Amino acid sequence: MSALLDVQGLSKRYRRGDKEFAALDGVSFSIASGETLALVGPSGSGKSTVARILLRLVEPDGGGARFDGEDLLALRGAALRAIRPKLQMVFQDPLAAFNPRAAVARLIDDPLRIHGIAGRAARPGAIAALLERVGLAPELAGRRVHEISGGQRQRVAIARAIATRPRLIVLDEAVAALDVLVRGDILRLLMELQAEEGIAYLFISHDLGAVRAIAHRIAIMDGGRVVEQGEARAVIAAPASAIGRALVAATPELPKFRETAS
Amino acid sequence: MSALLELRGLGVRYSGAATAALEGVDLALAAGERLAVIGESGSGKSTLARAIAGLLPRTARLHGTITWPGLDHPARNGRDIGFVFQDPGSSLDPVMALGDQVAEVAHANLDMGWRAARRLAVELLDRVKLPEPAALARAYAHQLSGGQKQRVAIAAAIVARPKLLIADEATSALDTIVQAEIVALIRALVTEDGMALIFVSHDIGLAANLADRIAVFRHGRMVEQATTAALVARPRTDYSRALLVAHLGLEA
Repeated sequence: MSALLDVQGLSKRYRRGDKEFAALDGVSFSIASGETLALVGPSGSGKSTVARILLRLVEPDGGGARFDGEDLLALRGAALRAIRPKLQMVFQDPLAAFNPRAAVARLIDDPLRIHGIAGRAARPGAIAALLERVGLAPELAGRRVHEISGGQRQRVAIARAIATRPRLIVLDEAVAALDVLVRGDILRLLMELQAEEGIAYLFISHDLGAVRAIAHRIAIMDGGRVVEQGEARAVIAAPASAIGRALVAATPELPKFRETAS
Repeated sequence: MSALLELRGLGVRYSGAATAALEGVDLALAAGERLAVIGESGSGKSTLARAIAGLLPRTARLHGTITWPGLDHPARNGRDIGFVFQDPGSSLDPVMALGDQVAEVAHANLDMGWRAARRLAVELLDRVKLPEPAALARAYAHQLSGGQKQRVAIAAAIVARPKLLIADEATSALDTIVQAEIVALIRALVTEDGMALIFVSHDIGLAANLADRIAVFRHGRMVEQATTAALVARPRTDYSRALLVAHLGLEA
């Protein structure tokens, strides 16, 4: 099976004062259609730099990425705009990512209009259908972003992302700021959408519990390199890298108490 | 064990708010006890922590009583209570040397001269396991990582040897590995100093590994409190059970 996204040898150096350091140093991985790859690692390991390069917000110093048969990093102008709908993003904090005073309908209308997904007359119906698709009442369309809860906002962000029928969504710490019960609901919603529409996810997180729930495979990053990758449950059960072992050891487990404990 | 702190019918309503942030809380904390306060956004857990530490805004209305049977004077934040906030980036002064920020707490609360307070600050920076504490005392917050800043905030919180340490989501802005290190540090410090701990968190897994007792809050009310073992093995409310089920661990 050919990969939907194939990343080879990405590197990126930043200057801090007169010192240079490698944010990414030869990062390679691939994601198949309908697959979830988790990119896991401590703060500063380079996870978000990978996301920014794939979204073409940052130019890498070296390496390449093929997405859906195209040389993603070489695309310019109209060709880049043409591929944008296939590659979407959901951030940690939708309140920071969106204009807080915008109405929910406007946020979902934008991609439909900009990418010509639905004509003017069809858009209100398409917005309502997308809201229902992510488990929100269509009446929410008239509310402003700052008036709805964090979980509802993240559902709106997902509705906006799936509006363009993407092949891949980059989820950058997308459940990290949510309450625990809401986090479970959003993970379930993401898995449902994937099962029904075959969307692939790049799930960027430092939360191995959430990763174990959603990801098929894991790539563990440390210091700008992928130090280990493999099937999610196998890596979590027996991490080979030092940082993988540290992440597993640091993930809190509910203590086991006998039923007779009081 | 003797009670350090007793709350009776505690309620808090913020100015202009339609509903109470906290209502009817009865809770006692023994000297040296480790209590976790668990809840989601809007549960009232941070309001509870701030009410105990006297950190509510002046316009908030407080009902019920907060008494300190374990102290012979009214509790004062800084001296009797150490408070660690979620975001060390905003709780530390960006333009004051880190050592001075710890020394200031000792100077203000321990009737200590600046020279002695600065020496004590370096000892505390060492105690929270920061490297090269003497040099670090002269550094500024922006030079540190998030985890290191939280260590400085903890040093400032415990320098006056409080009877109670309150950590309000003190590890939730940190990545998993740093979070585990900070939890281990808090555990070691409260054990060594015999401090009581109120650990406010949304993460029941993290709390269960640290606390003797867990109080679960929802919509401003305490829905359940029990020893950690009882709450984890036999939760009495559906809400506590839902929180336990929602915990995503690594075991099948």
